[in-house]
Amino acid sequence: MLLLRSLRAFLVSIAALASAGALAQAPDAAPDVLVRDLTTTVLETIKADKAIASGDVARVQKLVDEKILPYVDFQKMTQLAVGRGWRSATPEQRAALTREFRTLLVRTYSGALSQVKDHQVQMRPYRAQATDTDVLVRTSVVPSRGEAIQLDYRLEKQNSAWKIYDVNVLGVWLVENYKTQFASEISAGGVDGLIKSLTERNRALDTSKKA
Amino acid sequence: MQCNGDSLRNSLRHLWRASALLLVLGATGCATLPPNAGQDPRDPWEKVNRNVFAFNEGLDAAVLKPVAELYAKLPDGVRECFSNAFSNLRGPSTAINNALQGKPDEAVSDVGRFLVNTTFGLVGCFDPATDLGLERHREDFGQTLGVWGFGPGPFVVLPVLGPSSVRDAVGILAVEPFLDLNFYIDYPGVEYSILALRIVNERAELLPADRLISEAALDRYSFIRDGYLQRRRSLVYDGNPPREPETDDGDEAASQKPPAEPAITGPATTGPEQSQSTDPSAKLP
Repeated sequence: MLLLRSLRAFLVSIAALASAGALAQAPDAAPDVLVRDLTTTVLETIKADKAIASGDVARVQKLVDEKILPYVDFQKMTQLAVGRGWRSATPEQRAALTREFRTLLVRTYSGALSQVKDHQVQMRPYRAQATDTDVLVRTSVVPSRGEAIQLDYRLEKQNSAWKIYDVNVLGVWLVENYKTQFASEISAGGVDGLIKSLTERNRALDTSKKA
Repeated sequence: MQCNGDSLRNSLRHLWRASALLLVLGATGCATLPPNAGQDPRDPWEKVNRNVFAFNEGLDAAVLKPVAELYAKLPDGVRECFSNAFSNLRGPSTAINNALQGKPDEAVSDVGRFLVNTTFGLVGCFDPATDLGLERHREDFGQTLGVWGFGPGPFVVLPVLGPSSVRDAVGILAVEPFLDLNFYIDYPGVEYSILALRIVNERAELLPADRLISEAALDRYSFIRDGYLQRRRSLVYDGNPPREPETDDGDEAASQKPPAEPAITGPATTGPEQSQSTDPSAKLP
């Protein structure tokens, strides 16, 4: 058992080294700084861009693609939401799940972003050790009038770069909120059943947008 | 303003009778049930709940939502005034609940907030208290029970009122009415008009969430239930709940990882709220 574990650790570190070499190194910013800069950039862009304010979906999508996606680990997000079923899924199924879940989330998020007007981000107290590799960053998004919206992030350190893998809106964790739905799709129709549901949902949203 | 116990008891009795009737109507409805309905330990009454949920959605689509959409056309300033004033009516409840939860500083701040906004804020229409640094809190008796160590109990969808839990329903139906200033307005016409306007206002505030939920949810009922339970748990801990222990995260090495430590510390409760959330089977029916 111990041998197996150290072998695993060894393999993992080789894999980590290999991928670290392959990837361009992102600057090693602290996770709270990363979140603050990211959110501020997004909010500023929205404020400056009239097309986004008037609901131009393509523009919002572009903003999300460029500014946000590089800092999000969709595979981990999907794996956590799928839970037990992930282990039995083939690499192709995992790729399909990640792709479809990502499409769904990006679209929903873009829809929410287009409702943002004059919000500002406020950082809430941040507690973490320098050695932590899994942290919680808490923020409030404050409109010029009205109540602040709690918006928190979970980040994991991957090869010295931090990636967001879960988001909390008003006390609700995104991954957690999909777990039960995914589990019951899988128990009804297997992993392929879940892929099918996600794909169909994305396609339905596509056609309703064009109509 | 003066307390009229009889009319209060009467309205509560009417509410109960109406609820029972709607429950029967709802239960005999025809919501589509998933094969595993009722197997989630958090939601043993899922079959009835889904029917009441379908009934509520129908009622919403037919009556509440159209009215809320009309209401949403009012100028922002007017809606904000109503919103503030209604939130102010809940001020005493928030203060009392903060006191019951052992947070005297918050309770005092809530009393100050209520006094400032009721007077200088013109019956709560404006919110000068926030500018004075008296933050708006959101407390109710369901949360107080949670702080005292009571878990949410089974999830329940109340007719008309929507998603709840046994714990929160006790708060909403049995305690909150007595803490809400609305019920002490002694002119029934005024009392019910304000109540109706409050419901419409609240619904209008949820309109932007409608589209988001219908796009994001694979199963609307389950999405709303899980969101409700998470949100309420978060509120019990004032936005800083301890991290739920990792269930199966799909990782091959899951069994070899040390258990996830809560990243932040909430109030140290060892009541049912805590013991229930450590049940590893809770999330995987």
